[in-house]
Amino acid sequence: MNFAVLVFPGSNCDIDCYKAVEDTIGQPVDFIWHTATDLSKYDAIIVPGGFSYGDYLRCGAISRFAPVMNEVIKAAQAGKFVLGICNGFQILLESGLLPGAMLRNRSLKFRCHSSLLRVENNTTPFTVDYEAGEVIDIPIAHGEGNYYCDEETLARLHSNKQIVFRYAHENPNGSLDDIAGICNEHGNVVGMMPHPERAVHQLLGSEDGKRMFTSVLKVWRERHGATVNS
Amino acid sequence: MAQQLTAKEPTAAQIAEQKIYKQFGVSDEEYAKVCGFLGRQPNYVEIGVFSVMWSEHCSYKNSKPVLRKFPTTGPRVLMGPGEGAGVVDIGDNQAVVFKIESHNHPSAIEPFQGAATGVGGIIRDIFSMGARPIAVLNSLRFGRLENERVKYLFEHVVAGIAGYGNCIGIPTVGGEVMFDESYEGNPLVNAMCVGIIDHDKIQKGVAKGIGNPVFYVGPATGRDGIHGATFASEELTEESEAKRPAVQVGDPFMEKLVLEACIELINSGIVIGIQDMGAAGLTCSSSEMASKAGNGMVLYLDRVPQREEGMTAYEMMLSESQERMLFVVEPDKEEQAKEIFTRWGLICENVGNVTEDGMLTLIHHGEKVAEIPVTALVDECPVYNKPSQVPAYYVQNANVDVSAYAEVDDLNGALKKILASPTVASKEWIYNQYDYMVRTSTAVGPGSDAAVVTIRGTRKALAMTTDCNGRYVYLDPKVGGAIAVAEAARNIVCSGGQPLAITDNLNFGSPEKPEIFWQLEQSADGITEACLALDTPVIGGNVSLYNENAKGAIYPTPVIGMVGLIHDIDHITTQGFKNSGDVVFLLGETKVELGGSELQKVWYGVTEGRPPSIDLAAEGKLQQALLAAIQGGLVASAHDCAEGGVAVALVESAISGKFGVSVNLQTSLRADQALFSESQSRVVVSVAPANEAAFAALMAEHGVPCQTIGAVGAKAERTAEGTRVVGGAEVTITVNGAEAISLPLAEVETTWKDAIPCLMQ
Repeated sequence: MNFAVLVFPGSNCDIDCYKAVEDTIGQPVDFIWHTATDLSKYDAIIVPGGFSYGDYLRCGAISRFAPVMNEVIKAAQAGKFVLGICNGFQILLESGLLPGAMLRNRSLKFRCHSSLLRVENNTTPFTVDYEAGEVIDIPIAHGEGNYYCDEETLARLHSNKQIVFRYAHENPNGSLDDIAGICNEHGNVVGMMPHPERAVHQLLGSEDGKRMFTSVLKVWRERHGATVNS
Repeated sequence: MAQQLTAKEPTAAQIAEQKIYKQFGVSDEEYAKVCGFLGRQPNYVEIGVFSVMWSEHCSYKNSKPVLRKFPTTGPRVLMGPGEGAGVVDIGDNQAVVFKIESHNHPSAIEPFQGAATGVGGIIRDIFSMGARPIAVLNSLRFGRLENERVKYLFEHVVAGIAGYGNCIGIPTVGGEVMFDESYEGNPLVNAMCVGIIDHDKIQKGVAKGIGNPVFYVGPATGRDGIHGATFASEELTEESEAKRPAVQVGDPFMEKLVLEACIELINSGIVIGIQDMGAAGLTCSSSEMASKAGNGMVLYLDRVPQREEGMTAYEMMLSESQERMLFVVEPDKEEQAKEIFTRWGLICENVGNVTEDGMLTLIHHGEKVAEIPVTALVDECPVYNKPSQVPAYYVQNANVDVSAYAEVDDLNGALKKILASPTVASKEWIYNQYDYMVRTSTAVGPGSDAAVVTIRGTRKALAMTTDCNGRYVYLDPKVGGAIAVAEAARNIVCSGGQPLAITDNLNFGSPEKPEIFWQLEQSADGITEACLALDTPVIGGNVSLYNENAKGAIYPTPVIGMVGLIHDIDHITTQGFKNSGDVVFLLGETKVELGGSELQKVWYGVTEGRPPSIDLAAEGKLQQALLAAIQGGLVASAHDCAEGGVAVALVESAISGKFGVSVNLQTSLRADQALFSESQSRVVVSVAPANEAAFAALMAEHGVPCQTIGAVGAKAERTAEGTRVVGGAEVTITVNGAEAISLPLAEVETTWKDAIPCLMQ
């Protein structure tokens, strides 16, 4: 299974995502420059966190215009797996792959600490290895993670089971309905504010993020009838 | 030569007649020297260039005689002071690169940008060495948090550090903050950066190879930060607000691009010399690079990318616009270099050449506007041996008997008061604004004795910390300086690391005052003694003088940044208790030492007497023994006794591990003294019962005083989120069997954690 980790100017969790793929599932992974125009080789695309273009405008508002985003949209439409983390989630919102928008944290401050999430939907390709309702420990680090959408969209998120993660106890940013992560209607595109790639080793304080990577590999193998890869 | 370019600029003759150089901090004698070096009167550009290069900030003209005392070599030191940062061997062809630097004056008038650009500057120092920055730390000082202006400075300094570090993607893993009225109006903002490099990639800022092109990379030069170095070398006054334009504006996104591009350039192997443009911008980087190679340099200023129209040579040379670098490659590598920067969307301009004449020559609009021997700028700045004098307060303090204070009648109340003091209280409010996890190598983040960052692909890790208690240094600069080093090393050891080396940031008042210069001299002596005793050479640092406000000088604050090597990640140790029933030991001896203590400040309202004493031989033994015990797998937790003494150390280990604790202190001292004395070389250690005997034996073998004082108590019940204790655990301390402290863990935790958020609401 081939992974792409996108690199925008100002991405800074790109290396962490790359290492997480290597360390958790040992699959081939490449850094893909924001100017790339062909992602056909990749089965999963990770849009990493960071401050693309400094986030001096609305987060992700510039990155959505990068040439590579056309390819990400194509890949998403083709049913490939796309995971946007933190700034990556913001970029997926801006590019229209996921519904809604981000506001500044209610505290108006950047917040970085561990956070407890409840797995609301364990049927997406990135969450099948979790139990439904399971509470997991995955850290956050953001200044604009206050998810917002209109009522109609929220109703749709509910009826389609598009809310993937909720903050289990304290909501660190004031997001609507305690939303921490959502998916598109088909479930193949997931965006989340918490950083699963920062929770892949006991030394980092939690290993709960590992299963997002094992999940997607499992689903890919099932779909491709492959039992062994690389 | 030396045409005047704009009508506004005074002529060389006017500069001499009207003594305009004095506005730039150049004295009459220095001006005469400049004339001597040039063989004529300097023009406006030249005197500007001299003034910044000869400022204290760039030349260390007042502190050099003091800095010379520091031990700067050792078997592991690959590069000592002189380059962007020092380099220390950590085995396997790897090395750690680190340095600390101050941005005090800018932060006093523009806290967000002042702090942000302080972080940006120190990161550039690290990657200009060729190293990948892996962590930043800081050391901050503010006035009392009850003051509205102080709150403003505190809030925006923290936001500035967060804004820069978070965006560039380098974790802010640790630091220290203290609050005292001595820093009112003159906060201290010291930033430290740590990087990793392979031995064969280490770069130097040298302009070698006559005729080689010199490149400018980074954003265009603007009119910001002009005379920043000069501004940093004078006292803050009411007029300082008018110098806000001397504060630079940071662009962490730009620096991220410059960082990645420069590392790519360095890894390509074509760089001959590279240096960042920090203080004194283009002036300092060009003249230092030329000087280190024994060469000269010509710069064609029309080619310098400019953000604003009509910039003069003077403005370009003195601008401190951020995120800029200067480098030299061979002529045939120009295209290769440019290609890298183009890919990152950066400007890379050929702005000059290395010359053999030893002169810094500036050409603007086709005219030669300056011609100065680089040695005069870099090496010939006069060095001053300032007079020093023992201050009256120091003499008077000899008569203070801290053992005669009225006994504290409410020990629980005193403990809570200390825990609520912002200096001791939890710094979560601060560090939750920092991304301390990015790069996914932070094994121990902020809030423990030292931060620990792992090194991918190895079993090694680096422990890092910043330390200084300005009150101790004020009360006795020599002892206080030694304690700063000893405590930093103790923090490293408590985390499982072997102390390697230090970087120092000497924050002092005006060296023109003999009493202040005495503080500087004495503390340097103390630092030197401790560095020799603990085998931690000084590999670089920074001096920030003239830290004064209307009320006088700040407390002398020589901040020590230290890095240690953890040989195996299994040795990583934290301060939190780990298991109910573990045996709690107190290492070291407790004496009646309350001078400069937190108790003295919050209970008696004074800072007086002598600080705790330090026996460096005993300190060394303690550290060796404790490190051996940690490496031998005998230790569950270790926490250094610092501000607030053993009582606070016990509470912090309890809160951090979320366990209660129950101990008895057997002592000849009064209960308040036993609990809150800040005697040095003490550590609270918890040990599994199975290891108790082996641990005690090891301490005895090393001759380390070691007392079993109690046991870790019940595991606390927590909120669902796990962040707060709600019950089930107590902190109980008796002294000679009599109840001294008895408080629910939930209560002390609330006091400790809510103090700063409450003050900032």
